[in-house]
Amino acid sequence: MWEKELINLVWIVVKIIIILIPILLAVAYLTYVERRVIGYMQCRIGPNRVGFMGLLQPIADAMKLLFKEIIIPAPSNRYLFIIAPILSFAPAIFVWSVIPFSQGLVLANINAGLLFVLAATSLGVYGVLVAGWASNSKYAFFGGMRAAAQIVSYEIAMGFALVGVLLAAGSMNLTTIVEHQTGGLWHWYWLPLFPLFIVYWIAGVAETNRAPFDMAEGESEIVAGFHVEYSAIAFAVFFLAEYANMILIASLATLMFLGGWLSPFQGIPVLGPALAFVPGLIWFIAKVGFFLLLYLWIRATFPRYRYDQVMRLGWKILIPVTLVWIVVVAFMVKLNLPPWFAG
Amino acid sequence: MTIPHIIEQVVFYFSAIMVVISGIMVIAQRNPVRGALALVLAFVFSAVLWILLESEFLALALIFVYVGAVMTLFLFVVMMLDMDIEPMKRNFVRYLPIGLFISVLVLAFMIYVVAPEHFGLSKYAKPLHASAAYSNVKELGHVLYTKFVYPFELAAVLLLVAMVSAISLALPVVRERKLQNPAEQVMVKREDRIRLVNVPSEKRID
Repeated sequence: MWEKELINLVWIVVKIIIILIPILLAVAYLTYVERRVIGYMQCRIGPNRVGFMGLLQPIADAMKLLFKEIIIPAPSNRYLFIIAPILSFAPAIFVWSVIPFSQGLVLANINAGLLFVLAATSLGVYGVLVAGWASNSKYAFFGGMRAAAQIVSYEIAMGFALVGVLLAAGSMNLTTIVEHQTGGLWHWYWLPLFPLFIVYWIAGVAETNRAPFDMAEGESEIVAGFHVEYSAIAFAVFFLAEYANMILIASLATLMFLGGWLSPFQGIPVLGPALAFVPGLIWFIAKVGFFLLLYLWIRATFPRYRYDQVMRLGWKILIPVTLVWIVVVAFMVKLNLPPWFAG
Repeated sequence: MTIPHIIEQVVFYFSAIMVVISGIMVIAQRNPVRGALALVLAFVFSAVLWILLESEFLALALIFVYVGAVMTLFLFVVMMLDMDIEPMKRNFVRYLPIGLFISVLVLAFMIYVVAPEHFGLSKYAKPLHASAAYSNVKELGHVLYTKFVYPFELAAVLLLVAMVSAISLALPVVRERKLQNPAEQVMVKREDRIRLVNVPSEKRID
């Protein structure tokens, strides 16, 4: 009896490792892709020296950061200073336990999956806040304060956008939400929930502190914001957390608005059956890749927002839009509007 | 004793002990920011206990609302305060008798209520594990919108009133405010900000 349970336990650990390693690799190579893509967008080449086409660049960077010295400022709050990067990295990683990569390909298929995701992502702000305070530096403190205010504001808009998804699917289980979108491109929720989709995406960019909402870093005003005092691997952990969060937001957008692992050609006469052999995981990765490219594209295109305008956008535009559209979604669901909500 | 059972026990005792320890840390920490962070820790471990009770909605809402939003704002304020804790500590001994009296009173109440004669297995049946299909969120929603719909709506209205009054209290009177006009800012043209002047070049003086 207990041997079976022990094997079960070991199997869970193995599954965690199987999920974790590709995510960490994806994070490492996202930094490389970002530098290359933005390089091309700005008519540069980007890193191309280390390895073939610069493909070993992330590994070289990681090595460099590992062997540098971690400098702990004397007036800093020592323990909190060390804990802060971990606090920001851990939530970015453990949320992956509920993300379904394909039909049945999920570590924990829990009923309150959406709520779990929301709760876990709301924890990420502590890393930034604690780092800003524990550094005992004015720039870091400003960065932490800005990040806290920004994330709390955009969390509301994000939460409301997800309430719309919840209403449409009638479930908080992420697998069920995807299954409700079965049947081709136009059956996905991006169409009936279009304003919420846009709001979710903007709030997602703001939540991850990415350009044009990178107020917490704001190089031109507060040097590097909350991680200005961090060096070596402590800095790298913040960096990893940011990119892991980006991939997470992209996957959530995929699951909730673009039909997760479902094929976009489902139900189309010739293309549908012809492309039915493509496994769901490939579609999922392709869609996540699209959103990640969007992240980089936005960063290369838009200048940074002014702080008061970030707040204005969050409170006075995004939240009212979501509030109105939630009512509209409720009506659509109640009227069983085809093709999304029929039956 | 199966392995999942043992894990459950370990998680329970660990979280229960951590809730108590972090609760003590909230008041024992010399630094108010660390105290607030200890409170966050207490919330997180209480959420773990609620998860063990299979009320995942309450647990996740505790994390989402209290840890994610309320405590963030609380920390925000506490971090900005330049608080000197020493003068407050001076009155510690003076207020100790009252504090001890209240804590003994609360402890006595707790022991009275939770003691076996009022809260034992003989009084309440052992809660059974719900099946995998059981959705705590659905059950809670069902009860909130049927049985408790009036109290629920009243609480919502109360919160709205509190929010509006808080904003109206914090907002300074109109003549003291300097407002921006975002539309004007967005619509600004190059000609509004830049004036090109043609400065005639001067003659060289030899």
